[in-house]
Amino acid sequence: MPSTNAYSASTPETKPQVTPGVTLAERGAKNTPNSTKLLVEDLNFYYGKFHALKNISMEIPANEVTAFIGPSGCGKSTLLRCFNRIHDLYPNMHTKGRLMLDGYDINDRSIDINLLRARVGMVFQRPTPFPMSVFDNIAFGVKLYERLPRREMEERVEWALRKAALWDEVKDKLRQSGQALSGGQQQRLCIARSIAVRPEVILLDEPTSALDPISTGYIEDLVNELKQDYTIVIVTHNMQQAARVSDMTAFMYLGELIEYDRTSKIFTQPRNKQTEDYITGRYG
Amino acid sequence: MQHSNSLYRKRKLLNRTVMVLCSAAALFGIFWLLAILATLLWQGVTAIEWSTFTERTRMSGGGLGNAILGSIMLTLGGTIIGTIIGVGAGTWLAEYGRNAVLGSVIRFINDVLLSAPSVIIGLFIYALVVLPMGHFSGWAGILALAVIVIPVVIRATEDMLKLVPDSLREAASAMGAHRWWVVVRVCYSGARAGIITGILLACARISGETAPLIFTSLNSNQWNFFDLGSEMPNLPMTIYQNMTINSFIPRQVELAWGGALILTLTILVLNIIARFMSRDTNKR
Repeated sequence: MPSTNAYSASTPETKPQVTPGVTLAERGAKNTPNSTKLLVEDLNFYYGKFHALKNISMEIPANEVTAFIGPSGCGKSTLLRCFNRIHDLYPNMHTKGRLMLDGYDINDRSIDINLLRARVGMVFQRPTPFPMSVFDNIAFGVKLYERLPRREMEERVEWALRKAALWDEVKDKLRQSGQALSGGQQQRLCIARSIAVRPEVILLDEPTSALDPISTGYIEDLVNELKQDYTIVIVTHNMQQAARVSDMTAFMYLGELIEYDRTSKIFTQPRNKQTEDYITGRYG
Repeated sequence: MQHSNSLYRKRKLLNRTVMVLCSAAALFGIFWLLAILATLLWQGVTAIEWSTFTERTRMSGGGLGNAILGSIMLTLGGTIIGTIIGVGAGTWLAEYGRNAVLGSVIRFINDVLLSAPSVIIGLFIYALVVLPMGHFSGWAGILALAVIVIPVVIRATEDMLKLVPDSLREAASAMGAHRWWVVVRVCYSGARAGIITGILLACARISGETAPLIFTSLNSNQWNFFDLGSEMPNLPMTIYQNMTINSFIPRQVELAWGGALILTLTILVLNIIARFMSRDTNKR
């Protein structure tokens, strides 16, 4: 078992498997559609004494878009942030239960958290361009794990920007500060930045809540495009958005997972009364 | 109605009185500042000629060359050592010791040090370095000045790093960057201008410090080219000596005015550069 543990940093011979930047084809058929990418089992999360997530269990399929919906404070973002353990940056937070990525427990102590985060990319609610040029914003993550010659780095940056549908707008501004772009461009820059390291999972935490409708449209198209190569989990306040972009939808309320099913099912014939009330706009 | 009218008039009068008093206080302050500059220019300009920079201090005639060179060495040395320690400590406070008890202890001590009289810092280095070595030295002067720089730079570094939003740290960590790399590449990029401003202000402050040098580098009327083991001539003490014990020689008094002008202009220029740097940050 240890020789196949993809996240263990201690055994050097397992390194090749975890190197980000390896294309999906190179990684083999791990991401075949409908296989389970993320498996959550009895997950509980605490902010100090506050019990924020209660016994969450779910399976997130590979190469599909899974949306988390629910009213503010229901734990959607908290759950999302468990997937790359970004909570670890802060004190007084702890997790119980299991969270498996490709069959490996990511809460295991032996896991190299930075390698995990390189495989599970994240885009935040507010655009977070680094205070450096557009080019360097993208190259930042790539340089962490790959030593590319200049030419290849330029190709990678262009590839990522094209993927994020931003290339045409910024190709003449690569040397300008990423913070000088418009809000929608900044958010697409952040998506490009995540794609550039070629993760397997992309977590989107309300990626369009700070954007205008046109930029929102771009990003939704992008999500649709990206799911061919990546497993996408998106938190959204906007139910129409969840209906438009996702294949699976999870409805959460007060830290519990109320209902989780195919999006078409959730929005047409929800099993649970609370879900129905929420999606029909009776509360939330 | 009558009553409220008189109240209104009273307020208006009070408003005007306060405004006039405040303006008068501001003008009063600016007047003395300009008076100092004008006096320096008036008295100092005549003393400055080519030989002022090329000749060393002598009992008759001579210049300020050795004192200027010595001051540059002391100030640069103090700034460099103080910056290395100050930026390191400030980074620890802002990035690692934010919630630590040790952090708040250091922060408190740093605030005390920030307002410590410089003569006491001189005395401290005198006891610590000069007495054991048995003689005054440039090193002792540099150390005393560094002790003045350290708290200023710690403060600037910590404050500026705290202005870098946590969302940027999260975003960089979410790409799989190690903590120190997040600090070096992302946080320093955002805080650079502010930290440099702090360093320049500290540099300006120590370039005119006299008290800590009396106990440490002393003064000398000889050229001292980078021999930090012996006494180091410097501008502030030369000004003091020329104005007091040598005041019976007219040329010495003249040179003291010239030195004061050079010193003031240097500090002014450093402050202006610092101003421009901080304005740049605000714009971004």
